[in-house]
Amino acid sequence: MNAIAPGTSRRALLKGGAAAGGGLLLGMFLPGLARVAVAQDAGGPSGSGGPGTAAAGFAPNAYIRIDPAGAVTLIMPDTESGQGIWTSTAMLLAEELEVGMDQVKLQAAPPDNKLYASPLLGEQATGGSASTRADWIPLRKAGAAARTMLIQAAAQRWSVDPATCQASKAMVTHAESGRSLSYGELADEAGRQPVPKDVKLKDPATFRLIGTPQKRLDTPAKVNGTAVFGIDMKLPGLKIGTVSASPVRGGRLVSINEAAARSVPGVQDVVRLDDAYAVIGDHMWAAKMGLQAAAPVWDDGPNAGVSSASLTQALDAASRGDGVVAKQKGDPASAIKSAAKSIDVVYELPFLSHAPMEPINTTIHVRPDGADLWVGTQVPVRALMAVAHETGLPPEKIQVHNQIMGGAFGRRLDVDSITQAARIARHLDYPVKLIWTREEDIQHDLFRPFYYDRISAGLDAGGNIVGWTHKVTGSSVMARWAPPGMKEGGRLDPDAVEGAAETPYDLPAHRVEYVRAEPQGLTTAWWRGVGPTHNVFVVESVMDELASAAGKDPVSFRRGLLGHNPRALAVLDLAVSKSGWNQSLPHGRGRGVALQFAFGSYVAAVLDAEVAADGTVRIHRADVAVDCGPVVNPDTIRAQLEGGLIFGLTMALYSEITLSNGRVDQSNFHDYRMMRINEAPVVEVHVVDNPAGSIGGIGETGTAIAAPALANAIFAASGRRLRRIPFATGQLASA
Amino acid sequence: MITLLVNGESHQVDLPPDMPLLWALRDVLGLTGTKFGCGIAQCGACTVHVAGEAVRSCLLPLASVSGRPITTIEAIGATANGAKVQKAWLDTEVVQCGYCQSGQIMSATALLDRVPQPTDADIDTAMAGNICRCGTYVRIRKAIHNASQA
Amino acid sequence: MRMILKAGVAVAALGFGAAAAMPASAQSDLVKRGEYLTRAADCQACHSAAGGGAFAGGRAFTLPMGVLYSPNITPDAETGIGRYTDDEFVRVLHSGVARGGKHLYPAMPYNSYTLMTRDDALAIKAYLFSLPAVHATAPANRMSFPYNIRAVMIGWNLLNNPDHRFTPDANATPERNRGAYLVEALGHCAQCHTPRTATQGLDTARAYAGAVQQGWNAYNLTSDAAHGLKNWSDAALEQYLSTGHADGHGPASGPMAEAVQYSLHYLTPSDIHAMVVYLRGIPAQPDGPEAPLPVVASQSNPDPGRQLFAEACAGCHLPSGEGRQSAWASLRGDHSLGDPSATNMLQVLAHGSQIQTDQGLMFMHAFTRAYTDPELAEMANYAITQFGGRQGDVTAQQVKAVRDAAEKPEKIGSGS
Ligand code: FES
Ligand code: FES
Repeated sequence: MNAIAPGTSRRALLKGGAAAGGGLLLGMFLPGLARVAVAQDAGGPSGSGGPGTAAAGFAPNAYIRIDPAGAVTLIMPDTESGQGIWTSTAMLLAEELEVGMDQVKLQAAPPDNKLYASPLLGEQATGGSASTRADWIPLRKAGAAARTMLIQAAAQRWSVDPATCQASKAMVTHAESGRSLSYGELADEAGRQPVPKDVKLKDPATFRLIGTPQKRLDTPAKVNGTAVFGIDMKLPGLKIGTVSASPVRGGRLVSINEAAARSVPGVQDVVRLDDAYAVIGDHMWAAKMGLQAAAPVWDDGPNAGVSSASLTQALDAASRGDGVVAKQKGDPASAIKSAAKSIDVVYELPFLSHAPMEPINTTIHVRPDGADLWVGTQVPVRALMAVAHETGLPPEKIQVHNQIMGGAFGRRLDVDSITQAARIARHLDYPVKLIWTREEDIQHDLFRPFYYDRISAGLDAGGNIVGWTHKVTGSSVMARWAPPGMKEGGRLDPDAVEGAAETPYDLPAHRVEYVRAEPQGLTTAWWRGVGPTHNVFVVESVMDELASAAGKDPVSFRRGLLGHNPRALAVLDLAVSKSGWNQSLPHGRGRGVALQFAFGSYVAAVLDAEVAADGTVRIHRADVAVDCGPVVNPDTIRAQLEGGLIFGLTMALYSEITLSNGRVDQSNFHDYRMMRINEAPVVEVHVVDNPAGSIGGIGETGTAIAAPALANAIFAASGRRLRRIPFATGQLASA
Repeated sequence: MITLLVNGESHQVDLPPDMPLLWALRDVLGLTGTKFGCGIAQCGACTVHVAGEAVRSCLLPLASVSGRPITTIEAIGATANGAKVQKAWLDTEVVQCGYCQSGQIMSATALLDRVPQPTDADIDTAMAGNICRCGTYVRIRKAIHNASQA
Repeated sequence: MRMILKAGVAVAALGFGAAAAMPASAQSDLVKRGEYLTRAADCQACHSAAGGGAFAGGRAFTLPMGVLYSPNITPDAETGIGRYTDDEFVRVLHSGVARGGKHLYPAMPYNSYTLMTRDDALAIKAYLFSLPAVHATAPANRMSFPYNIRAVMIGWNLLNNPDHRFTPDANATPERNRGAYLVEALGHCAQCHTPRTATQGLDTARAYAGAVQQGWNAYNLTSDAAHGLKNWSDAALEQYLSTGHADGHGPASGPMAEAVQYSLHYLTPSDIHAMVVYLRGIPAQPDGPEAPLPVVASQSNPDPGRQLFAEACAGCHLPSGEGRQSAWASLRGDHSLGDPSATNMLQVLAHGSQIQTDQGLMFMHAFTRAYTDPELAEMANYAITQFGGRQGDVTAQQVKAVRDAAEKPEKIGSGS
């Protein structure tokens, strides 16, 4: 993996790493130094690299193109995988540019770290709930700069003071004289205006888009079948292939029956790699049948003996050693020793597969003099570099056509499948669409790490927390994916302890350690809210355990620790009041609460769940309150919290990847279960109005809050404390 | 030769009789609105209508649909309920990544064809075979009610 | 297990059998006939393990007295049957005594094969010797005392192996006699469908009354109306035997699906018809679970199992159970739905089931990994009530027992 890609200086990455504030925050958030400034450094109006620069018209920066006919194209630096970012980003640009949402066309940014690196992530990547946080100031500035130049052009043409001109709906108007010109008419002249050094942003009181529920721009095509996902690519001469990789990582392909595969009607080619093979045909069915007919023989290699038991044992052993200290406040260990009451518990979270609805696929055409790649990726530059690396082609000879994604959840932050596709396509002289079956998608996913957490905490006689220690043991995604993001000389993965090292609470004595332990034969990866999705579950469950040990109500117990934290207190109170916390529930039902600060946002949730006598769990209702500071598209915030919550509930109830004999046991939705509509609770999202607060991320927040709220509701309903995910593996049935 | 009657058009295709309809639609006829999600009738992404009934095209051999009317997401908007459902989907802003939504809309339309005023329980049963990894279920319920009122 | 493919033809040419001395065309006719008979006798299913070569053995059988592995019956000289003479081969089928005098365990149905003619046995041998030799040693059997002493089988044979050839019934039509030979000698149907005695012999007094074998219910094949085949039409029986499903009677699954796929599917229509003629004459025995009642599935059942069925099962079986994805997905009339304890349904839920058909592979995955025991019990009870018209009494404990058995390393039945 090439973490360093064109346009990113190594120094910039290192600097980013040093400033890391946890999670995916690799870079430094410096308004004015971020995207738009970088874009302007890169050449402004006639800059290279941006799309459409050859055409005449107005291209003030890397995000906006206005052609003389008036078409406004907005270039989307972030990738769309369903989170609605294209609409929010377009709102930021359109707000300041003064165009209507119905007047813009959206286009994916090409891979270019110089133009489109996220100042939060340090490269052109979409993840970490970082997009809106990264775009909030820079894209508004980009829009405002363009608007300023258009007004200047009009004022010049009319010889009036720009201050007397108004921009609205892609027109500049001079009210006094009743004259107006469209942006198209002004495009050429606007391009000749100086780029303003210091643009003024609109007063939030005058926002007409930001903060209002705007219809998403990508949805009409998604309800009538015309949206084109990566898997839908059509090209002249395109063939379709499918792949099988060694069922054990590190295994080798010994032999296949190539003749049998080729004899399947419709099969065109068979390609062997050392650890995989592909069958290519006229359609997926031929490829699939050919793949089966090839009857591969594998040499399982050194990881043939790996199993869930061996991996858990290794983690347990590692967790007994010392870790690197991520947080030290006071002397919690001795406080716990002399506490009136204490708990000492282990929490376990399994490996997880992403299972985005659109299975992994890559369309690629490698020629002697260049290559084209059509793929939905969260990291276009890495995708490009992967193809360059495998084909030996210079990066400038490779075109990446980024597609909308049928879900990503961190899976598409890795390019292993693109590397594999490039290896296969090198042997073919036509474009090929390589589709992983769902079985391949799940079994060859890069999994969310297994975490093994040891927590101890103590209470004084009055039921107050006196000390808290938390040791996280697990694989480091950061160390593989973005080594500069590591802290403490490369030993501390700040993401692995996000949500544990800093909690919303004021704890008198607190120690958090991290032990890095890599699983034999597995590669781990980002997964919707890695650090918080793990740590918030542990911290908020233990908080509940302590409340119960102290004989206190879980809400008032938490409130007592939030004196310094008004935003956290406010979301907690909001969720609690909306949930009817104090109203009684029928026998077998209970409410659970959880609170988090992660991705820059405050979220609290109350879940109402029922545990039947046979251990079956039914979730009736969820109230989620969020304070993410300024709101761009409130409807998107609601949607992300609703969907993120269900994603997290699926994990809590069902998700677990296990291994036997080096092989992944699960393979498809019959054994890697998804929450379905009949299991989904009513979800009410309550958004705190806090335009002055610092802006926070949203995409992963709902996922992180789900499991602890559910665990606590199950405890309230049944008295059973579940410390291992997933819950619905008979943990409750075997009473 | 197999006759495929898709969205009112007849196609003669020379394909294996055991090939699932899904791949004929996507890879041969170019109708990529119908999605591949699991291939084992567990997710519903591939849902189409055969003679008005919602079925999983990923496990439906071509031999069993020869000559029978098939409707896909590309043409469901031409039916009264299909159009209502699509509109409700947009009004309710159901969609996230959108990948499952072709199947959701096909299942929802079949439900309304059968039960014009479905209850929550009717919806849950009829839609339980359609997975949405993005978790849009809350809005799907709302949108189906909206469509049934339209 | 590592397989080394050898040139089977060379081994066969060196062979000891009379076949080697025959003229080429007569030999190829013999091999062809042998292939048909090998299929009719369903040798392959038992003598192949998942992931291993055909006829190379290694499939585990968990019996009350321990775990057995089927041997390699390819012509490999060291690990297979390459050194068998004609007489030695016939002795295996007729008496259950292997080369060197070793007594076989009756997982090998020699108490049925004993009815086979010597000619047919030698045709099977000729066919097996025409196959590539596979070098593969099956794992050692693990039998409990006293069955680990093979000589014990001598006594068993005295009790349970008639050791005589098939004699046609002079009063029956040639067709019925042909059917009897296919059912009794080659198809060895009694091995699963006839209850066993205390010593694991066939309880001939209750022939074909149905029995539970390796966790699966092999249903009653007698002419009883409620329990047996009386209400099946000839056409339905023939369809079932040759394709693995019959309209209004559901699909074959588990071991029966294998019997269809590897054996019955290959039989000529006239042989299938002959089998049906013979089966029709088996005296009624009112044993085992009753067939389901004809019901119209109600859609307003508030049963919690209904939702589970809707999410996990209806994709293939349709909410009505009628099946839509293929004829094999129709549950209507499936005998399993008449069984309140859902013996076979639980096996299918725990192991899945599959059958290769002319319309492609029909398969169902196991559902035990994603669904809990109470959920699977609810699902099964719902299906029994909705589609079988009876009251299911499946408990989570029953599901757990089947799940535990399925997760043991030596799997029962499917071997997959
Ligand atoms: S692709 Fe057909 S149900 Fe999933
Ligand atoms: S909208 Fe993404 S899977 Fe449903």
